[in-house]
Amino acid sequence: MAEAEQVKVLRSWLSPWSFKVELALKLKGVPHEKVEEDLANKSPLLLASNPIHKKIPVLLHNGKAIPESGIILEYIDETWTNNPILPKAPYERSMARFWSRFIDDKCVGACWMSCWTEGETQQMFMEQARASLRILDDELGERKFFGGESIGLVDISACFLSLWFGVLQEVAGISLINGEEFPNLCRWIEGFVATDAVTECLPPRDELLATFQSKKQAILATKSMVY
Amino acid sequence: MAEEEEKEVTLLGTWSSPFVLRVKWALRIKGVEYNYVEEDLRNKSPLLLQHNPVHKKVPVLVHKGRAIAESSVILHYIDEVWPLRPLLPHHPYEKAMARFWCKFEADKLSPPLWRVLTTRAEEQREAQASSIESLGLLENELEGKKFFGGQTIGLVDVWLGALAYIIPIYEEITGLKLVDQSKLPRLCGWMEEFLSSPAVEGTLPPKDMLLPRYAAMREAFLAKAKGPAQQ
Repeated sequence: MAEAEQVKVLRSWLSPWSFKVELALKLKGVPHEKVEEDLANKSPLLLASNPIHKKIPVLLHNGKAIPESGIILEYIDETWTNNPILPKAPYERSMARFWSRFIDDKCVGACWMSCWTEGETQQMFMEQARASLRILDDELGERKFFGGESIGLVDISACFLSLWFGVLQEVAGISLINGEEFPNLCRWIEGFVATDAVTECLPPRDELLATFQSKKQAILATKSMVY
Repeated sequence: MAEEEEKEVTLLGTWSSPFVLRVKWALRIKGVEYNYVEEDLRNKSPLLLQHNPVHKKVPVLVHKGRAIAESSVILHYIDEVWPLRPLLPHHPYEKAMARFWCKFEADKLSPPLWRVLTTRAEEQREAQASSIESLGLLENELEGKKFFGGQTIGLVDVWLGALAYIIPIYEEITGLKLVDQSKLPRLCGWMEEFLSSPAVEGTLPPKDMLLPRYAAMREAFLAKAKGPAQQ
């Protein structure tokens, strides 16, 4: 049962991880306050709410702080039980968690590094990314979403592959996710970004593109995902 | 296969894997009987390749013919299918905190511990400092508690439990102290409590097989490292 709410998200407009949290809250119709963090100048609230990692996103619910986007998503699903993002049955829940982890561990990093490296190193990352994306594309198959007819945990976890990776590929001048090699993923991206709840939460593409272009040199130097 | 079908639950594992042990402990706490299949990871069985085609790794839990891979996913599955003696707390916030500490171990403790085992000199000293810093946070988390789960073993205890026997082995191989009783007394106490608990007794891989295995890993990594480091 949901308690009388005070819900805040410590977030960054750039970040796909805080987008995940905001999308989940939007899908469940949970009103919340977005607190924009300057990651070069972290607020006392952020440092107090996530003292160990000092990272966004953090969900603040009635004064309690929950960090780490994957953990926040499960918390949201358990606290606001309408429009579930995880299936009910244990086996199906396991599959959702498995594929979420697969995306986090095997897709996002390789895709990111493909954009910020060159030569043989870049080729290696692109091959890794391709191999993982192939598996993901097969897993999706003909379904509209990984969650079936509606967006679920895996779709939310895969959000990086939609808007953000599209922008990053443009900045890096590479084309990894194309309709020929990954027809299912391309179809998924189109369907995902066109969904009302997603559209309302996504950052503006042109602003995202401009920001990544301006930060390109800085990111090339560190390859860090915290920018 | 007839043998596999006799019990509903099969666990594919290797004798030395701490990830497999997590699953064994969870099944034992829940009183779930299972078939155990020892895998040779240098020669993976058709069964393993069939049940975990994506990662081809252990542990894999097979329940009523369906396979679940990844120890964190398996632990959640076990807790949901056999809800008696819960591993996870009841309240969503407490659940989130339990998951947080499991992720903390994977992100902030496991990597520096591995570097303690596989590096030397400056890099190793940094890894030791980093490990001790992370262990210190776990020490704080144990305040007023016998286990991370409270009075009884919970998810975090099962997740962290392998450290209780692996850390002393690393200390012996490297000659470096990681869990100093005077600095981390609660953690020391927890290690003893956990290792002597009914769920864990008799499940540990034999030290006389495990220590040479980790020592050999250290040698292999040091041999691969570029250039001799100054002692």
